[in-house]
Amino acid sequence: MARSKKISVDRRGFLKGAAAGAAAGAAALVVKPEVARAQEAKAQEAAEVHRPSTPLPGAKQTAAETSPPAHVDVWTTDRPGSDFMVDVIKHLGFEYAAFNPGSAFRGIHESLINYGGNKMPEIITCCHEESSVGMAHGYAKIEGKPIMVMAHGTVGLQHASMAIYNAWADRVPLILILGNIADGQWRRSDVEWAHSVQDAAAMVRDYTKWDDAPVSLNGFAESMIRAYKIAMTPPMEPVVIVADAVMQEEPLSDAERSRLQIPKLTLASPPAGDYGAVKEAAKMLVAAESPVILAGRVARTADGVPLLVELAELLQAPIVDKHFRMNFPTNHPLYGAGTIGSADVLLGLEVPDMWQNTHTQTPVNKMGMVSRRITKPDAKVITIYAGDLFSKSNYQDFGRYDEVDLAIAADAQATLPILIDECRKLITPERKSVIQARAAKLAEVSRRNRERDLAEAAWAWDASPVSTARMAAEIWNQVKTEDWSLVSDLTFVSNWPGRLWDFDKHYQFIGGHGAYGVGYGAPAAVGAALANKKHGRVTVNIQCDGDLNYAPGVLWTAAHHRIPLLTVMHNNRAYHQELMYVEDMAARARRGVENAKIGTAIEDPNINYALMAKAYGIYSEGPIDNPNDLGPAIKRSLEVVKKGEPAMIDLLTQPR
Amino acid sequence: MRRFVIFFGLSAMALVPAMCQTGNSTNGQKLFLRDGCYECHGYAGQGGVAGARIAALPLNAQALIRYVRAPAGAMPAFTDKVITDQELTDIWAYLQTMPKAKSPKDIPLLNALEKK
Repeated sequence: MARSKKISVDRRGFLKGAAAGAAAGAAALVVKPEVARAQEAKAQEAAEVHRPSTPLPGAKQTAAETSPPAHVDVWTTDRPGSDFMVDVIKHLGFEYAAFNPGSAFRGIHESLINYGGNKMPEIITCCHEESSVGMAHGYAKIEGKPIMVMAHGTVGLQHASMAIYNAWADRVPLILILGNIADGQWRRSDVEWAHSVQDAAAMVRDYTKWDDAPVSLNGFAESMIRAYKIAMTPPMEPVVIVADAVMQEEPLSDAERSRLQIPKLTLASPPAGDYGAVKEAAKMLVAAESPVILAGRVARTADGVPLLVELAELLQAPIVDKHFRMNFPTNHPLYGAGTIGSADVLLGLEVPDMWQNTHTQTPVNKMGMVSRRITKPDAKVITIYAGDLFSKSNYQDFGRYDEVDLAIAADAQATLPILIDECRKLITPERKSVIQARAAKLAEVSRRNRERDLAEAAWAWDASPVSTARMAAEIWNQVKTEDWSLVSDLTFVSNWPGRLWDFDKHYQFIGGHGAYGVGYGAPAAVGAALANKKHGRVTVNIQCDGDLNYAPGVLWTAAHHRIPLLTVMHNNRAYHQELMYVEDMAARARRGVENAKIGTAIEDPNINYALMAKAYGIYSEGPIDNPNDLGPAIKRSLEVVKKGEPAMIDLLTQPR
Repeated sequence: MRRFVIFFGLSAMALVPAMCQTGNSTNGQKLFLRDGCYECHGYAGQGGVAGARIAALPLNAQALIRYVRAPAGAMPAFTDKVITDQELTDIWAYLQTMPKAKSPKDIPLLNALEKK
């Protein structure tokens, strides 16, 4: 791209030039602001003789700003470089662009609206960069592809960074475009100096898969296509592209545009396991007497669920689900029908830290590490894990080193068809009868689990605050006949939806935070609901109160963009995990357990989330503390959601 | 058979409250909230992912005290400096007043789930 003459244009000079240019009807590529600068210097000189605290313009300055100037060159263009950037963005097929507006990417922003027509991508107005990334995180887990996120390369990225780390740990593809003004001569003010950085992506390089800061428009095109491909290749991860403001804002002539090209995007096929290693795994699994499958982030797409069902049924191997994704139908007789301790062969599929799953965790009250292995002494452990193909060192989400017997560095879903075929080849009639003999026993375990869950759900059924089991049962009673999708984590509600609801479709559950960074829940739910919108699904979010308070402005985003989402507040009025930890520490120190609420409780005053939602333009009910009021409130709120709007119920709940 | 007899014997001891133990359930309720028992076990003692169910606990007060002083699981150990034997006895008395759960068959929403 040809740069225009190198100049230093301050903001006032540029605006004056633009105004005069409009009056003159000019629309050319002319950049000569010297006249304007000279006029302004004289006006400033006069004004600075006696500068009041709020300077008033002098007569000369007023005249200079209100009278037609003798001669001012204008600085406009019919085609800025950001138009081409939007061509690249459209080429990648982004459905949405989520961002909080920022001056460092104002060129792309304007081009998205006026050149791109605000379609594919459509702009989603966010109130915080953590919300933008959180929304992209939730969207990607429903749709299996990224939306585009933009942020300032400095302050915006600083806001976004925790959410990026969550996405990194959750193996989710994100495309972040960071605006930056690399050339100091282009920065219009002290603000723009403060908002510029030498190496914008450095701050998040430890938890992104790839980044680039291209210095030409052709480079931008190539880097964007490459970034998309890298993000979408398992292990999927966030990537960052820095879009220089000068490239965005400089004119681009037709001749220059004709020399630019956008490379073809060809996604890499996911890596399947080495054939010999997969054959060995099949041999171990078929020979096992009590194989167990531990499911992490197995099902990347809808195809992953039936594949895992096929393998489990073929081997009659129970599933222990980590609830990182919707991996396996919860009403299947093999779901939860075994334990890790019962396995003689344990197959871990996309489990980032097998060690933590094969050992007891050290209780908080025990000094030192006292974990012990919980697998049988001679149990064999197999892993299929894309994380073995790519890792970084600083952040420790990779977990403890796994001592396993067979490690297959590959994508589990891509490997499952080969593993199923190999198992099928090895199952003799004798092994088949042994395997089938397990089925009845496992079905009986499953039946007893169901019975136990229902009996436990009955405890505190009429209690106030409302029990998490009652909450889950009441929601299920209303949504079970809809095409529904639960987009919140299960951990904080004692896994009750997982125990009471029938999950069987991939989009019905998306797992949790990834890195347990609180503040993920609300934006991820809105992003997932945005993805579900075009499919007409009823999206449900059980929303933790502490989480919502990080960036509640995402409620406004849901209202503004008419994103249908039923939010039921899990309002236990505390950062409850930390409350329990502080009590642990106090008990250990043998003092003051009664003080554990200091710094952990969210009360005095209690937050009225129904009013908060109303303030953001969302239909709401509550606060509700009588469990008998919940069902009717859900029914009314669902009617709102089914009309295409968000709704919230503020529910006072038991802690877990 | 031998194992069964031993198990039954221990269970029977635990199920019968010690006659010498008395507790003030009203004070126990205050302590249950003050000392944060509800945090892991729920306001109704129903339990959950963070703690076991303790409503209608089938333990006598002495057994409860022994467990709280030296818990086996993730629960922190509460020494007598933090909570006295008498206070734990009061909490035990409060736990005895907690209502037992209905049968899921008597709760229409859960009964519907059972039939699936």
